[in-house]
Amino acid sequence: MVFVIRRLLQALFLAFVMSFLVFAGIFAVGNPVDILIDPDATQAERARLIVQLGLDRPFHEQYFIFLGNLLQGDFGNSFVYNRPALGLILERMPATLELAFAAIVIAVVLGIPLGVYAGLRHGSPGSQAVMAGSILGFSVPNFWQAIMLIMVFSVMLGWFPVSGRGEVGEFLGIRSSLFTLNGLHHIALPAINLAIGHLALVIRLARSGTREVQAQDFIRFARAKGLSEPRIVLVHLLRNILIPIVTLVGMSFGGLIAFAVVTETIFAWPGMGKLIIDSIRMLDRPVVVAYLIVIVVIFIILNLLVDLLYSLIDPRIRLDEARQ
Amino acid sequence: MSVTDTQPTTAPPLTPKAQAPERPAARIIRDFARSPLALFGLALLLIIVLAAFLAPWITPQNPYDLRSLSIMDSRLAPGEVGFSGVSFWLGSDGQGRDMFSAILYGLRISLMVGVIACTSALLLGLTLGLVAAYFGGRTDTVIMRLVDLHLSFPPILVALILLAIMGRGLENIIIALVIVQWATFARMGRATALSERGREYVEAAQSLGLSRIRILFGHLLPNCLPPLMVLYTVEIASAIALEATLSFLGVGLPATQPSLGLLISNGFQFVLSGQYWISVFPGIALLLLIVAINLVGDRLRDVLNPRNIT
Repeated sequence: MVFVIRRLLQALFLAFVMSFLVFAGIFAVGNPVDILIDPDATQAERARLIVQLGLDRPFHEQYFIFLGNLLQGDFGNSFVYNRPALGLILERMPATLELAFAAIVIAVVLGIPLGVYAGLRHGSPGSQAVMAGSILGFSVPNFWQAIMLIMVFSVMLGWFPVSGRGEVGEFLGIRSSLFTLNGLHHIALPAINLAIGHLALVIRLARSGTREVQAQDFIRFARAKGLSEPRIVLVHLLRNILIPIVTLVGMSFGGLIAFAVVTETIFAWPGMGKLIIDSIRMLDRPVVVAYLIVIVVIFIILNLLVDLLYSLIDPRIRLDEARQ
Repeated sequence: MSVTDTQPTTAPPLTPKAQAPERPAARIIRDFARSPLALFGLALLLIIVLAAFLAPWITPQNPYDLRSLSIMDSRLAPGEVGFSGVSFWLGSDGQGRDMFSAILYGLRISLMVGVIACTSALLLGLTLGLVAAYFGGRTDTVIMRLVDLHLSFPPILVALILLAIMGRGLENIIIALVIVQWATFARMGRATALSERGREYVEAAQSLGLSRIRILFGHLLPNCLPPLMVLYTVEIASAIALEATLSFLGVGLPATQPSLGLLISNGFQFVLSGQYWISVFPGIALLLLIVAINLVGDRLRDVLNPRNIT
């Protein structure tokens, strides 16, 4: 319990530091008046907003006003949409989350069997092909992969749509493209694109895990006992290689949300990532600032969850911290 | 190759030796050459670097000299002969630019940004890493906390945040790449320096009364270099890939600095109408560059790791 509270306090402190860095960054690089107030605003409106946002006061007071507004969920209005920036981001979050979720499912469902196969048949042509593919998956820049996917599967073969999210279905109160056929059809290519890097990673982990576990006594014992090969692989081997893979999947969720920026932009997927790129291009700064804060908070929460999960799986971590 | 050739002839042998000890550089070169794949990577890398360096002299046209472009030549398929009788082996883009020339010019920019950014990150990160390892205590804690914080955010996100605040531009993207990469070098530099700090030569230098700065940079630094060189090679590849991604997204280099990422981005709109070459060929150039660097880096890792000496 002490550990949990410690980590929570650390996370809160980190959020505080990051909010300061973002604010100081805005303050250092440009005039906050230009960044937070619409350039098209009239002179009277400008003066009113400067007072309202406290931009006429000294730096430290401004920061506390900024922080106070953040804590009340007030991130300013978007210049482009003229609506609260936070609302814009939150309403696009589900699309990004479902894309990241689909990518993880693809990486795990394809990656584990391929990796286990490459580990069991180490050195065979099939195994080498899988490993060569995974190296290629690492090397090819994500955005170029996306273009190639569109070129081959949308333009040449015409199997998948080029862009968009498709129909959104509702199931158990959750609205997602994953619940309609049309939506699944739309999410396939972007999800594969986002998954490829992680697929390569899962394949590597599953392969090295398989090779390690395979040589251990309990597998040899299971063989000696005369268990069938599928049972050995599916029950005894799989269970023992899963822990590092589960950890990877948990830790990489944040990375997927970050990389979704690229995938979403290319496939015109209406998520947070596309919103931030559009906002940077259109100089819609309140949305950019709000996105930065939201993404930092997401990352702090994710890191916290991973740390807590770790300490559940491996009690030694908790003890080490307590001893300090 | 004979090892004795490389020995300086002025050094008289104090004791008669059957064979002089092999110099490390000679061993590294020999070991490196044992892998055909790595040699292929090195050859590819040299060709790419040379082609990029010599671009103004070997390309059929200067793609950014508007006088040499003709709108009649726009979007020609690879191999087609243009209006002015020049053949476009890799096709041409929307402005009638020869793709082969544009790619070589793009490689120049991509390589330059990657190398400058990565070298600066190496210098910054290595210095901080060495300082952290050598001085220890509070200095160490502060620097490493910063590194940990940094590495818990994905590189693309950090770069995006920085560029969103600073705006696009050549200097800005180099600054962003340096800030993204320094932490990796700092962590590696600190780890290596910590394992070197307890060695006898450091103790000897300390007992000679040399200054801390001199020990740090004159004695510790050279011994920490091999693993860092490997990291440096690989990180150049990732810097180039990250720059290409950011430029593709339109937040990296400005249109006046057409790196490979911008070329791919320009071609993206034409992919949908089947004119694949404007995006595909710069992408292949980028891929070859990254793969070549990684092949060389992988082999260097094997060769420079003392545990692998047989």
